[in-house]
Amino acid sequence: MTTVIRELGDEQRELVLNMGPHHPSTHGVLRFVLHTDGEVMRKAVPEIGYLHRGLEKIAESTTYPGYVPYTDRVNYLEAMFANEAFSKAIESLSDIEVPERAQYLRAIAGELNRIASHNITIGCITMDLGAITPFVHLLRERETINDLIEALCGQRVTHHYVRIGGVAYDADDNWLKQVEKFLNHFEAIIEELDNLIVYNEILVKRMADVAVITADDAVGFGLVGPNLRASGVDWDLRRDMPYGIYPKLDFDVPIGAGEKGTVGDCFDRFVVRVRELKQSCRIIRQCINNIPDGDIIGNVSRKIKPPKGEVYSCVEGARGELGVYVVSDGTEKPYRVKWRSGSFSAMSIIEHISEGLMIADLVAVIATLDVIAPETDR
Amino acid sequence: MNALADFIINSLGLSGLSAELVMLLLVVAVAAAVFGIGMTISGLLTLAERRVAGRIQSRIGPNRVGPFGLLQWLVDGLKLIMKEDVVPHDADPHMFRMAPYLVVVGVFAAFASLPFGQLLIASDLNVGILYLLAITSLVTVGVLMSGWASNNKWSMIGGIRAAAQIVSYEIPTALSVASIILISGTLSMQGIINEQGGWPWQWYIFYNPFTFAVFFLYFTAALAEGNRIPFDLPEAESELVSGYNTEYSGMRFAGFFLAEFANIYLMSAIATTLFFGGWQIPGVTPEQQAGSLVLQITGMVVFMSKSAVGCFVVIWIRWTLPRLRIDQLMSLCYKYLIPLSFVCLGGNAIYLLIFPKPSSANTLVHMITTLFGGVLIVIFVTRVMYHHRISGVSLDLNFLARGEKGKYNPETQVRAYGSFRKKYEKKQGAK
Repeated sequence: MTTVIRELGDEQRELVLNMGPHHPSTHGVLRFVLHTDGEVMRKAVPEIGYLHRGLEKIAESTTYPGYVPYTDRVNYLEAMFANEAFSKAIESLSDIEVPERAQYLRAIAGELNRIASHNITIGCITMDLGAITPFVHLLRERETINDLIEALCGQRVTHHYVRIGGVAYDADDNWLKQVEKFLNHFEAIIEELDNLIVYNEILVKRMADVAVITADDAVGFGLVGPNLRASGVDWDLRRDMPYGIYPKLDFDVPIGAGEKGTVGDCFDRFVVRVRELKQSCRIIRQCINNIPDGDIIGNVSRKIKPPKGEVYSCVEGARGELGVYVVSDGTEKPYRVKWRSGSFSAMSIIEHISEGLMIADLVAVIATLDVIAPETDR
Repeated sequence: MNALADFIINSLGLSGLSAELVMLLLVVAVAAAVFGIGMTISGLLTLAERRVAGRIQSRIGPNRVGPFGLLQWLVDGLKLIMKEDVVPHDADPHMFRMAPYLVVVGVFAAFASLPFGQLLIASDLNVGILYLLAITSLVTVGVLMSGWASNNKWSMIGGIRAAAQIVSYEIPTALSVASIILISGTLSMQGIINEQGGWPWQWYIFYNPFTFAVFFLYFTAALAEGNRIPFDLPEAESELVSGYNTEYSGMRFAGFFLAEFANIYLMSAIATTLFFGGWQIPGVTPEQQAGSLVLQITGMVVFMSKSAVGCFVVIWIRWTLPRLRIDQLMSLCYKYLIPLSFVCLGGNAIYLLIFPKPSSANTLVHMITTLFGGVLIVIFVTRVMYHHRISGVSLDLNFLARGEKGKYNPETQVRAYGSFRKKYEKKQGAK
């Protein structure tokens, strides 16, 4: 038998474990090298690059409208936001006016996408902590959203719905009614979620006070979105750097309050996402009530040639700030595209906070930080 | 079994060596029968788990093989037998091969002293319950051995977790069993059942408030011993992939798998024996039952139904609760369960000192405890019904649901609305 314990010194004995790339709780092809002392970790070093598809390089040989479907693949759980971020960049580069109806449709589709993505995240958190049933129930709700989005644009996962200058298809009144019907159903499900699993004693015990990320650390490591807000930093792009139709809408931004432990622990990151579901429902209701008639796509020429220049555009995705930096050299193909994603910064903080955690805690940390492998690698 | 052996030997007029041979054959036959019953029960339990989990998760579960999917477990077993038995290159081959046998023997040998009915017990040992506690400890050795011999770090962590967990939780299990032994005054499984009665207030769970608490201590500790959620750390799917049995395939894996499910039945059956009056039928004394075949069979059905309810609760918990962490698991055992078991043991001893013999005061305590238990059940059911009502979902407890074969009704599907609805209607119009 080969020996599994290596001697480091008099009192330093450690077990080096390889977690991933194939591991049920790494959610895709992630890898961690764990240095542990029995169950307690010295550190966990993340390894990325298993899912690198060269999305940024592909952009350099694709036209601007032709690159929009590629953005669906940045993160398979939030295709709407990637579409929107890229479209927004090109719109601001070449001064394209987006019709108001299209902006409302973008908000509805985006928030539906956010609910779908959070459903997966919340389900995965509970599943990684051992409760499988909530995952299946939430997946069922996501399925309805997929059906709705399929009815809207014909795609269930890689939507390609938001285009440069507007959106691809219009929604009829019947569809909006179906969305409202779904919301009536889903708001009851959120309550049920609270009753069934969120305040489950074991779940709270597993997540409260575990892997606390202070506000300073969160800002320092560039955490975004729900992860940042869970640490008590009140920052939401939809409110603080408004874009699209969001300034006209009324919604709250839930932040971590240390409900069961310290501010910025795993439970805060979990519960912030649960609270965001309700706010998304609120936003969609307002959009449905106020949506005007009109065009769904602005005056966009077939060949888009933005003037020379560069732009950074970002939207508040389900995993926080999803930004894209586009450099144009005046031709119909971008000179350079760079993506900035929430999962990448979330990965980088794991090594910092992993000291002293147990192996089971690391599973909770990965799940609550909501790391999605394709988004870290692009 | 001895009576049966004597009957056969006497009626055939055998003696000496041939009598010994018949005895030996009979022992082998009974052992095979017990093993077969155990295998069937655990096989059916795997199916039950999947069907119940299906209902809990708003789906159907396996329903294609045989009527209601009842043959699914046989087909799964067949598949596992035909799979290649892989031994990893760096594993310790002999230990690796031996480990599943220890687990299987540890669990299935325990079936030998389970009282399925008044006469249906393979061997009514006078140290029955002690034998059960002892023989199931073999599982620890097997699990630790498999985890170590696999030469896989994750398996090793699983094996060590299992050893720590099972050894720790055996203490509260044994202490809660000791409380019952104190009351019954016997270690024999049939003896313990004979001391109880058919009606709920004659069961040991409602004997006094301490035994009521002891039942929950026993149940928690037994769940942990059986590696079930919320205590399934040795195989924690999302942490250790599959723990100690990661490297196993084919029939050896099936050994672990069946042993786990047999263990669920075992703990339910022991709980039925110790706390719920075993095969006792309400209003029928053991003497009456001994004389009638119908009552014998009814008794068996009563025992099986009681333990089936236990199995259902275990499965229900499995699909409801998250998993504890290893330090929380250990502190639960050593800080709460063991002290509480000691308190209950002492409480029972003091109770027996005050009410040593059956008396009217004694009966009053039974009745009050039963009433308390009944009120708890009513509160629980009311709460469940309340939350069910506010969730607005219709109740569907059909665990044998067939499901619709490939039916797609566009009228009821959300996707049929919106722009795609128009296409659908156009298609219908064209037809």
